[in-house]
Order: sequence, then C-alpha cells, then structure tokens
Amino acid sequence: MTKALILTVRGWWESQPEQPPVAKVFLTVGQFTCVEPAGLQFAFEVQTQGTFLDGAELVIQETPLIAFCHPCQAEYRPEIGLRYGCPTCQGPMEDIRSGRELKIERVEYANTPASVP
Amino acid sequence: MHQSTDTAIGLNLLHANQAGADHNRAHFDEWGITCLNVMSSPGAGKTALLEKTLAALSPTLRIAVIEGDMTTELDADRLRQYGVPVIAINTGRSCHLDSRMVAGGIHTLAHEHNPAELDLVVVENVGNLVCPAEFEVGEHAKVALLSVTEGEDKPLKYPVMFREADVLLITKIDLAPYLDVNLAHIEANARQVNPHVTIIPVSAKTGEGLDVWYQWVTSTVRQPLPIAAVH
Repeated sequence: MTKALILTVRGWWESQPEQPPVAKVFLTVGQFTCVEPAGLQFAFEVQTQGTFLDGAELVIQETPLIAFCHPCQAEYRPEIGLRYGCPTCQGPMEDIRSGRELKIERVEYANTPASVP
Repeated sequence: MHQSTDTAIGLNLLHANQAGADHNRAHFDEWGITCLNVMSSPGAGKTALLEKTLAALSPTLRIAVIEGDMTTELDADRLRQYGVPVIAINTGRSCHLDSRMVAGGIHTLAHEHNPAELDLVVVENVGNLVCPAEFEVGEHAKVALLSVTEGEDKPLKYPVMFREADVLLITKIDLAPYLDVNLAHIEANARQVNPHVTIIPVSAKTGEGLDVWYQWVTSTVRQPLPIAAVH
C-alpha cells in the first residue's frame, strides 16, 4: 500500500510543471479500508528514504465508518469486527457513507531551494 | 525564507494501480475475455477449486490462468496438467498482486498465445484476506473463498474482502460435520457486510456445489460486459 501511495504521488509530482521538494503529504484514510495508519506512517518513512519524498511528513486524517440504513432512513456507526448491521432494525450494511476513503488530499511544498544530495 | 505552498491533489491513494487495472481490463475487453480475480487466505482451496474448474470447463471454455505465487511454481505446475496456458507471476515477498504484475502476466500471455482465442482468464491472487481486496488487477468480477476450517467470524474480521466480493465460495464443506461450524452463520456474517453477494457452498473433494459454481462462471463469461468496464 505504501508503494502504491508513493507511485501515485510520484506520477502526480512528475506531471507538474515544476518539482519543488515536498514537505508534507496529507491523506484521508477511512476506517473501512485495509490501511492501518500507524503501519503506513512507518513504512512511508522507511520506503521514501533516498527518494524525492525523503523527509516528507505523512499526515493522516482518519474518517469513521458510517453506514446508512434505508428502512430506518438513518445513519449509524457499525461496530467494526463485531456487527455491521443496523442496530435498530438489524438490516445488513447496505450503503457506506464514510469509511472507504483512501485519498491523497494535497501536498505541502517546502518552498525553499532544493538541497537534495 | 521558508514559505510553504499547498497544492490540492485529490487523487485516490491507489490511483496509479487503478490506472493500470483499467488498462489491463481494456486489453481483456478488446480480446473478448472475462477476467476473474480469485482471492482467499492461504490454504482456503483456490488451486484445488481451479483444478476442478479447469477439468470441468476447459473443454467448453477457453481458459488461461495467471498465477500469483510468492516464491514457487508449485501451484502453476498443478494447473498446467490441465493443458491450459498458465502464466506464473513470482510475486516475491509481496502480499498481493497489483495491476503492474498482472500486466506483466498479460504481456507474457499475449506473447506466447493468441489472447483473442480465450474466453476466460482467471487470476489466482496471493493468499491473503487483507491487501488483495484493495488492489484491482483488471478483473470483471471478484471471487472470494472462505473455507469452513477458518471459522465463522472471518467476514466480520476481514470485512473489506467480503464487502468487495461479487461471489463468495464457502469451501471444504465436506469438513463441516467434523467442526463446530454453521454454514448459515458464515452466510449471515457475509451478508451483514455484503447483502447482495452470491454465496455458493462447495467441496472440491466431493464435488458438492461445484455445478452451481460452474454455472456462475459460465453465465459470467457469456454475459455482455458492463458498459462501465469498457474504456
């Protein structure tokens, strides 16, 4: 997943007219994904060493799993690992309103002269 | 002077992988091939299921297999006995196939065979219930396997895999009488996270349920591809 993230950021970065050094990468990561923020943070730090993202900080904002129950016309918070159905009517988890996000929101450039070795 | 600039990206984290997956799917569509991505934990019976499937369906469907195996060609060798093209992708230590690895498999397939003469490509993913769920490889449908020996709670513990699956095969049902496992509970747990998933209980050993699976495969291959899949 870390590799996928770095590939996507690199593809975007290389397509930009200029390539100033990246200081921070901001992500939104939903709770209902296969990404563990702490693990991603650690792997990012290790895997970006010696690359264009060396030293860049990864800032992860987590979003909760929120489902919508059609019969009840209400949102609810499934209990991950235990129960995903609607607590009121026991209906299954039909629509997911939040929690599937895996998004690179923005980067922050360090707008200083590059000092990459 | 330290002046920072923010620039919005707004790309999915898996954008690079997704672009590759769309590219692979476009190849499949061009060749009239349906692609299935088969996923499960290690030892759930993916290869055993494929062996039976190749034996039963390869006379009527023209099938090839792209085989993701961490370090060996053991699975690929098992499948080659059925006389179909088997492309082994050695994934090294990677815990899932990504669209780039499968693209390599597709190129080998196109180089060694005539892809326009195939109906179905089955991608056997690396055994893992977590990462493969997020990495599309260019498939038209996702097939998940869960064996009865793994326990009823797995759809609750690895929900993304079971949420994403189009069809769920509950495998090794011949072992169910010897275990404290209730098929109805597995199905109910899977439906909590994916109410519309097609569930097919099977045993590759006794053959029970396999005809339902073969029917599903055949009807999926014969179906015209959804517009969304054509690029």
